[in-house]
Amino acid sequence: MRAQKKFLVGSAIIVVTLSALAYVGYTQSKTYYHTISELSTLPGPELRQRMRVSGNVRAGSISHRDGRVDFVLEEQGQALPVSYVGTDPLPDTFKDGAQALVEGRLEPDRFIAEQVQAKCASKYEASPNSAPGAPTQPQPNPTPGQSKNESRGWSAEKG
Amino acid sequence: MDIFGSFALLLAFGAAVYAFGGGIAGILTRRPLLTKTAHNAGMAVLGLVTVAVATIEFGFFTDDFSLSYVSAHSNRALPLYYKFSALWAGQEGSLLFWTWLLSMYAFLALLLNRHKHPELMPYVGVTLAGVQTFFLTLNNFVTNPFRVLGGTDPSGTMHIARLSDGSGLNPLLQYYEMVIHPPVLYLGYTGFTVPFAFAMAALLGRYPGEKWIHITRRWTMVAWCFQTVGILLGAHWAYAVLGWGGYWAWDPVENAALLPWITGTAFLHSVMMQEKRGMMKVWNVWLVFVTFMLCILGTSLTRTGIVSSVHAFAESSIGSWFFTFLGIVFLACLVAWWRNRDYLRSDNQLDSLVSRESSFLFNNLILLAACFAVLWGTLFPVLSEAVTGNKISVGPPFFNRVNVPIALFLLFLTGVGPLLAWRKTSFDALRRNFAWPLAGGFAAGGVALTLGLRSPYPLVCLVLSVFVTLTILAEFYRGGRVIASRDGTGLLTGIGELTMRNTRRYGGYVIHFGMVLIFIGISGSAFSKDTQKEMSVGDTISVGPYTILCQNFDQPSTTNYTSDRATLEIFRHGKSEMMLYPEHRTYLASQVSETIVAVESTPLRDLYVVYAGQSPETGRPVIHAYLNPLVKWIWFGGIVVVLGTGLAMFPHRRSALVFRPAPVTTRANSGAPEAATAGAPFLESRGHD
Repeated sequence: MRAQKKFLVGSAIIVVTLSALAYVGYTQSKTYYHTISELSTLPGPELRQRMRVSGNVRAGSISHRDGRVDFVLEEQGQALPVSYVGTDPLPDTFKDGAQALVEGRLEPDRFIAEQVQAKCASKYEASPNSAPGAPTQPQPNPTPGQSKNESRGWSAEKG
Repeated sequence: MDIFGSFALLLAFGAAVYAFGGGIAGILTRRPLLTKTAHNAGMAVLGLVTVAVATIEFGFFTDDFSLSYVSAHSNRALPLYYKFSALWAGQEGSLLFWTWLLSMYAFLALLLNRHKHPELMPYVGVTLAGVQTFFLTLNNFVTNPFRVLGGTDPSGTMHIARLSDGSGLNPLLQYYEMVIHPPVLYLGYTGFTVPFAFAMAALLGRYPGEKWIHITRRWTMVAWCFQTVGILLGAHWAYAVLGWGGYWAWDPVENAALLPWITGTAFLHSVMMQEKRGMMKVWNVWLVFVTFMLCILGTSLTRTGIVSSVHAFAESSIGSWFFTFLGIVFLACLVAWWRNRDYLRSDNQLDSLVSRESSFLFNNLILLAACFAVLWGTLFPVLSEAVTGNKISVGPPFFNRVNVPIALFLLFLTGVGPLLAWRKTSFDALRRNFAWPLAGGFAAGGVALTLGLRSPYPLVCLVLSVFVTLTILAEFYRGGRVIASRDGTGLLTGIGELTMRNTRRYGGYVIHFGMVLIFIGISGSAFSKDTQKEMSVGDTISVGPYTILCQNFDQPSTTNYTSDRATLEIFRHGKSEMMLYPEHRTYLASQVSETIVAVESTPLRDLYVVYAGQSPETGRPVIHAYLNPLVKWIWFGGIVVVLGTGLAMFPHRRSALVFRPAPVTTRANSGAPEAATAGAPFLESRGHD
């Protein structure tokens, strides 16, 4: 019995330590996902957290300025001005009309993005004349996009 | 062709349903003939699914762009081997491929055991058929790969459309590893179905003793080995193709593959507890169950993209199918366990904290903690959205903080565990076994410290790696020397003989050594450096000992793509060493771009250069250079793990000396630990580990 008790004590120490580490890691890296329309309804503290927002890049809104790239994200009629301040070149899929996922913080007048992922939405959609009788759903693969930092966009592809 | 393939799939579904229903009826009515027909139906599924797979491959090879799946994932100019691999480029094909591999395993499991274990096999057949039925349901009725393109013309008649060319394979998948990585990983995912079926069968049939573990040990190792290689190939693909300088991002898909690997590893260790000491029976059954469920979960995460996108609950209908199936499997496991739990009573209890048993218990505890942390972190967006309405994701800091200490503790156990005796280890034995390896580890740590290595985790990793390697070498050396001196052969012959007499134990050591190499490689990531610069011809950047001189930019192109390319001369300590050509391609069929990384890989470090695109302001090319130490060790460690697994699966060589008493040399050998550890392997060649 003594050995079992010792083992339980050892296990408890391990589990508690790991939980503490997990909690620290969680507070360091948690990121909220929001839609643009949700942003206006968020309470104050949540607005200051690190978050991810997705939308479509408004055609003609991309402008390169000194050290940053400005553009406007749109979703369901709502618009969000974004400034990309990251160091990596933007992904090639980042174009007018592309679906983009930006990560960063919300400032009073605009969203400051440190990372931008983009998926080019047009290419992998269902062909307009899909089979009669078959549901006209988009191809289930999330459209594979190119991003420099993460492999999420095409994660569904890699098996 | 689409009708032919669809019919084959439908027949396969029918056969699987019969194998399932007929199998259950066979068990209930105790009619062996019924069970036999059910098994034959289960085996026939392979033939029918093979026809379906061949049909869709035929579509790819003949550019049949009336098939929706073919036109979405191929084009005429695509090289032949990528047309072949396009089968698993999208959802419908991947799931068909899953079914096909599963059917192969099921076929082999039924074929190889057809005259054995008559009490066990009916249940095995039913379980396998149940899983097949689920996947064939998806293949037939949810994501049928034989959907044709078509439409309705103004007069209302329906017709089949045929595109002139397909939209091409995603260029990220146009890489040679993508031809082998998904099959290997899927062989891992599907392979765990066989141990699951046997565990379920042993429980339901109340099959005596630990026999099911002996039967499934090799199956589990095959699946585990494929899973290991699949994960490493995926990491290597990410490293070589995605161009962000790393190989692991704690991406949901990566995590999905890691989860069953972790529980599978735990299972491979804890089965020894059951074999040797009759402990942890409930635990083992549940580990197999959980591993299988994690394989299904992993497949569903990969296929549904539920975690990765913003508010993805509604994104794919297939998710609900998977979760329903997972629910059913879980219920089946729960009921099977609850009804037969008295059959799983443990024979022994833990005797001492310093024993082999306890090292296995800690190994399992820590692996399960890792599994739980990874699972929790992966599903956190889904869970948090379900509970609070906010989708929250956690990033690499979360995973690293938890898993790095876990990994180091595991590394420690890797060195200690195999040398501890069952039941209880004496202090003397500890000193004999560990004094020198420990001293060696600390010496290496001291040297590194004086050379300026200050980061704690890599330092601990180094000390433990040296320690573990020395314990492994000592094991081979001690045993080999005894055999060599008795047989009058050389030391190497002695070591070879020793290994062949207990392949399982010494193969295990080789696997451990491979893991040590992987750990060393991963610890190198703590010292990665990178730098990025806009460059014109004649500009230089420096990273570590390297200086990169930009010599030229050009635009080579082929029928498949156009490209921007940089020609870079690499100087090391001022001396010209080589040329690198990072590229940035745009594929014509899909208009999708891809980065072709240029890597100079040495055992010590990789120089990893990316053509990162053009600067938005100046239009000049941006070159991003990474210095990644020790990455090659990871891939090399993977090869060692595979070799070790192969060795461990090799049958023991039966020795004429098995029953001879211990020769005097054993005792005289001052380095030999008590008979329970190194003394036994060459006296008794069967299953000592």
